[in-house]
Amino acid sequence: MQWANAVVQGVILGGLYALLAAGLSLMFGVMRLVNLAHGALAIVAAYLGMVLVNKTGLPPFATLLIVVPVMALVGWVLQRTLLNTALNRQSLAPILVTFGLAVIIQNLLLEIFTADNQSIDVGSLAGASIQITPDIAVGVFPLITFIVGVLVIAGLQLYLAKTTTGRAMRATSDDREAAALMGIDHRNLYALATAIAIGLVGLAGVFLGVRTQFNPTFGDVTLIFAFEAVIIGGLGSLWGTLWGGIILGVAQVVGAQAFPSSGVLLGHIVFLLVLAFRPTGLFPKVVNG
Amino acid sequence: MTTSAFGSSPAAVKVKRSTVASYVGLAIAIVLVIALAIGPFAFLTKGNQQNLVTLFTYIIMGTMWNLLAGYAGMVSIGQQAFIGIGAYGIVYAADQLGVGPIAAIPVAMVIAGVVAYLVSFLAFRLSGGYFAIGTWVIAEVIKLMTTQIQILGAGSGISLTAFSGYKPAIRIATVYWMALAAMVLAIAVTYLLMRSRLGTGFTALRDDPTAAATLGVNVTRSKRIIWVAAAMGCGLAGALLAANTLRVQPDSVFSVQLTATMLFIVVIGGIGTIEGPILGAIVYFTLEHFLVDLGAWYLVILGVVAIIMVLFLPQGLWGLISGRGRISLFPTGYRLMTNPATPPTVATQDNAV
Repeated sequence: MQWANAVVQGVILGGLYALLAAGLSLMFGVMRLVNLAHGALAIVAAYLGMVLVNKTGLPPFATLLIVVPVMALVGWVLQRTLLNTALNRQSLAPILVTFGLAVIIQNLLLEIFTADNQSIDVGSLAGASIQITPDIAVGVFPLITFIVGVLVIAGLQLYLAKTTTGRAMRATSDDREAAALMGIDHRNLYALATAIAIGLVGLAGVFLGVRTQFNPTFGDVTLIFAFEAVIIGGLGSLWGTLWGGIILGVAQVVGAQAFPSSGVLLGHIVFLLVLAFRPTGLFPKVVNG
Repeated sequence: MTTSAFGSSPAAVKVKRSTVASYVGLAIAIVLVIALAIGPFAFLTKGNQQNLVTLFTYIIMGTMWNLLAGYAGMVSIGQQAFIGIGAYGIVYAADQLGVGPIAAIPVAMVIAGVVAYLVSFLAFRLSGGYFAIGTWVIAEVIKLMTTQIQILGAGSGISLTAFSGYKPAIRIATVYWMALAAMVLAIAVTYLLMRSRLGTGFTALRDDPTAAATLGVNVTRSKRIIWVAAAMGCGLAGALLAANTLRVQPDSVFSVQLTATMLFIVVIGGIGTIEGPILGAIVYFTLEHFLVDLGAWYLVILGVVAIIMVLFLPQGLWGLISGRGRISLFPTGYRLMTNPATPPTVATQDNAV
């Protein structure tokens, strides 16, 4: 039964990975930009949430009302200033600029908050769990994270499929020049997409900060796990990203059950196996779907 | 050197590679290397030599990262994998296989090259930014696997003991000469590689991938050669770092910070030229020396400088000095001389991205 429990815990962890990966997937989908500062920005949100809880005594969920809009604004400004400029430069510029940004953020956090591990205190919710079977108990907070992850993916999918702006984003992604002829200004659209993506990173960062201890260098693994979820699921598919997150989560938790302290390594190996045998991902986007 | 002449009037149009600047540059480089080689006998203290080994290692690292990003358009954030393999490789070959500390260096390079060749089949399935993170994951996997191996000290690292029979002055000078030779080798190989058919192919690729493929440039094969060469160079750098400090720790030799260092060196010095990473490494090494007290702020400043350079000075400091490629100490391209009597008027064809 401990294996069944590991699978359940892995699926639940996958919801957090999907939540972390949603913004990365969106930005790549809309503007073919891989944001290497994605993980670092999630950790900024975690610290922001922690400071708000500690200084103002706000309940952790209430901090989202501040953290998410602030991060969305950060994303909007980043795109309008730095990233739009980088996208107009030589082809390596976006990668170099976002990696530089990640280094800056990580070291600023180190200067402000030191390298000590921190976490966001959610009080009694931290230990609350629901007993499903005698052997399987699901933490209330991880379950909330999972549900939010699924809702975010579903919401983003609906937004891209049904709204005018969402359609404009897909059109720009397919053919920027043709979309421009239809009166779509890609710079505004990119800024909006990045605002949504970084807002979601803010959401994910606070949930991450409640779930685990974090420090400034945590942005690296956060980026790597989000990336693995995107690639396992298949580029360009948001539901694929959710499945990718779940598969990564299960691989890590079941892997740790089998080989203690090697869970992360086994997650990486599942990712490399997908890359070797199904390089388009397990749930690739259906053409014209 | 005049390589060919064409047109109806052979005297009017000539294609040249080397220029006065490149002959002067080569002469200065030779004098400098000779001076550095006799340094330990004359004017370099043991501390100087150890510091210079670090500088030479930075030049090798920058040159290798530039080979990938500047010439082949591959941004890797996983080059620390091969630094780590080189560092562990020298310890394993020298102490466990007993081949001696000097012969252990090529062994370490070969191990790095073989691993790079094998993982290229995974990494090359990704491109652009995802290639960057993919190489990082591969580096993490190699680090996590290395720390499971008991004979390599597992998580706590290992010391290089093969030098224990050497007197400190002899050991330091030996490592210094090896590092100097390694740096010269790394620059020379990069220079020759870029002047070869492969380098010309990359110039064609940069200008027009479809046309280049039509002309028979094998993109994947060319990229794989560069990838393996860069990994062997990073393995060399890792072996030198281990020989210089006599200690290998997984968290430091596999640190992504090493790749960040390479990126800063290349971006500051100038991407896509041989001279850029050399200049960048000297600047980085000097700044590191003077700004060491700033702690993490040092990397914040470097990050800001790197972003500004990428956006507004993509040719780097060397681009400023050389007047956008008009002066080249290591010419890898060709230049068209309309009249040998007048200075070149036609844009140069350097292999920069």
